[in-house]
Amino acid sequence: MQELVQHILNGLNLGAIYALIALGYTMVYGVLQLINFAHSEVYMVGAFASYYGAIQFHLTEKPGWGAFAIALLISMTVCSLLGLAIERFAYRPLRNAPKLNTLITAIGVSLFLQFSGQVVFGADPKVFPEVLQDSTLYTFGEIQIQLFDVTIFVVAIVAMLALNWFINKTKTGMAIRAVSFSFRSATLMGINVNWIIAVTFILGSSLAGVGSVLVGLKYPKIDPLMGTLIGLKAFVAAVLGGIGNLPGAVVGGLLMGLCEEMVVAYLSSTYRDALAFGLLIFILLFKPSGIMGQTRVEKV
Amino acid sequence: MVAIARGWLLVIVVALGISALSYFGLNAYMQQILFYIAINVMLAASLNLVNGFCGQFSLGHAGFMAVGAYVSALVSLHFHPFEGALEILNFPIYLIAGGLCAAAMGFFVGMPSLRLRGDYLAIVTLGFGEIIRVTLLNLDVVGGARGLYGIPGNTDFMACFHAFFWAGTTVLLLWRLVHSSFGRAFLSVREDEIAAECMGINTTRIKVLAFVISSFFAGAAGSIFAHTTNALNPASFQFVKSVDVVIMVVMGGMGSLTGSVVGAIIVTILPEALRPLQEYTHVDLRMVIYSLTLILLMIWRPAGILGSREWNQLKFWRKNAPAA
Repeated sequence: MQELVQHILNGLNLGAIYALIALGYTMVYGVLQLINFAHSEVYMVGAFASYYGAIQFHLTEKPGWGAFAIALLISMTVCSLLGLAIERFAYRPLRNAPKLNTLITAIGVSLFLQFSGQVVFGADPKVFPEVLQDSTLYTFGEIQIQLFDVTIFVVAIVAMLALNWFINKTKTGMAIRAVSFSFRSATLMGINVNWIIAVTFILGSSLAGVGSVLVGLKYPKIDPLMGTLIGLKAFVAAVLGGIGNLPGAVVGGLLMGLCEEMVVAYLSSTYRDALAFGLLIFILLFKPSGIMGQTRVEKV
Repeated sequence: MVAIARGWLLVIVVALGISALSYFGLNAYMQQILFYIAINVMLAASLNLVNGFCGQFSLGHAGFMAVGAYVSALVSLHFHPFEGALEILNFPIYLIAGGLCAAAMGFFVGMPSLRLRGDYLAIVTLGFGEIIRVTLLNLDVVGGARGLYGIPGNTDFMACFHAFFWAGTTVLLLWRLVHSSFGRAFLSVREDEIAAECMGINTTRIKVLAFVISSFFAGAAGSIFAHTTNALNPASFQFVKSVDVVIMVVMGGMGSLTGSVVGAIIVTILPEALRPLQEYTHVDLRMVIYSLTLILLMIWRPAGILGSREWNQLKFWRKNAPAA
C-alpha cells in the first residue's frame, strides 16, 4: 500500500513535467495547427543554457533558492528567445504555405538544433549543476517526500496557474484564445496575429525552460538528444488530453506520468518508452479528440 | 502491353548494363556507392508515394526497412526452398517475405493514424521507427546489439544485378501505379481530401493502401541491404536514416519519381564528396547541413529540384514545346 502511494507521488511528479512541456505543444497547435517538432529541442537548449549559466555565475558554490531562481530565469529567457527566433525565421515565412511544408520545416528546425547541439555542446552527456540540494522533508513509514519532488510539483503548478491566469484574465490572453478560435476572424477584429503567435511561442518555450530545469534537478544527465523522447511523450500527453486544449494537456501529462510510473513499477522498465507509443495508437483508434477535446466538424 | 513490355525491357537492360559496368570497370568503393544508390532509389521512390503523391507525412521509413532486412535475413538463414541451378530463385522469395512483413507492419501503423486528418502519421511513424530499433536491440534471436552476421549474400555480379533490377522495378511499378486511373485517387487525396471524398473516393483506404505499398518497397530495399552487406546491426536503422530518405524526396521534388531518383543519387554522393570538409573541420557537419537544407528548401524552393514534373515533361525533351 505504502509502495503504491510512493509510486503515485512519483508518477504525479513526472506527470507535472510532461504537462509543462505538453502545454507548449498544445498552445502552438491551438494557434497554428502545427506540431511544433522543435519544441523538444527548445527544452534541450534550456537545460544547456542553465548548465552554462550556472558555470558562468558560479551558482553551484551557493546552492539554494536564489541559485535555483537564477537558473530558472536564465533557462526561461534563453528558451523564449529561441522560440521567438524559430517562429520569426522558420515558421513566419511559411505562414501561407501548405501545411505539409510547415511540418517539414518544423522537423528540419528540430534536427538542425539537435545536430548543431551535438557540434556546439559536444555529444557526450553532461552533469546538470546542483543549484539546489536535495533533502528528505517527511517520512511516513516507507513513504519519503523529498525536497526536489515538492519543488518540482509546486513550481510546475505555479507555472500552470500563471499561464491559466494569463490566458483567461488578460487582454493578450483573450487575443490568443481568439486566434486559436479563428485565425481570420481574429485578424478582422484588429488583432495583430503575428504578435499573438510570437507571444504564444514565448509562453510555450518558457514553460519548456521551466521543465528543463526541473528535469535537470531530478535526473541530472543532459545531452543534445535528451529532448526527443520526452518531447514525444509530452506530445502524446497533449493528444491524450485533447490537442489544442490547455486543461487537457495538464490532465494528459499527469495521466501519462502516472501510467509510465506504474508500468515501470509493476511491469518492466523496458516497456517504459513503448508505453507512450502504444497509448498514442490506442487514443487515435478509440478517441482521437482526446479526453477533453471537442470533435470539430470539418466544413468546406 | 507494348508500354509495359518496353518498361520491363528498359529495367532489365539498365540493370544488366550497370552491373556489367560495375563488375568489370569499377573498384569496390565505387561498387559500394552504386549499391547504396540503388537502395536509396528504392527507399526514396517508395516514400514519395506517401509523402509526395498522397500528401501524407511519414518519418519512419528506416523502421520498415529494418523489418524487411531482418525478416529476409532470418528467412534466408533458416530456409532454402531451391537447391542447385534453381538457387537463383531463392533471393526473390526472401525479398518478398521481407517486403510482406514490412507491409503488414505498415498496415498496423497506418490504419489508426491515417483514419484521421492531420499530421498524426508523422509522430506515429517517428515513434514506430524508434520502437523497432529498440526492439531489435533487445531481441536475442536477431543478435541484439551485436547484430546479425553471416547472412548468405549474392555474389558480385548477381548482387549488383539484383540491386538495380529491384530498384528499377520499384520505380517502374510505382510509375505505372501513379499514372493509372486508379493512381489518380492518390493525387486527389493530396490535392483536396474533402473534394476527393465527395467524388466517392474512400480516402482512408487510399491512404492506407499507399502507406502499405510504400512499406512493402521499403522492406524490399531492406532485404537487398541485408544480402549485400551480409551483416545487420540495429544502428544502421536509426532515425537519421529516415531523415535521409525524407531529404531525398523533398530535394528531388515531392510528387516526382524522377526527382526521387535524382535526390537519391545526390544525397548518396554528397557525403562522399563532403568527406574532405569533414576531415578538415574534424566534426560531422553532415546532418547540420542536411537539416539546414531542408529548412531553406521549404522557405525558398518548396517544390524541390523537379517539382512534380517527370523526366518526359521537361522542356529539354520537347523541342517544340510551347513556352510556359
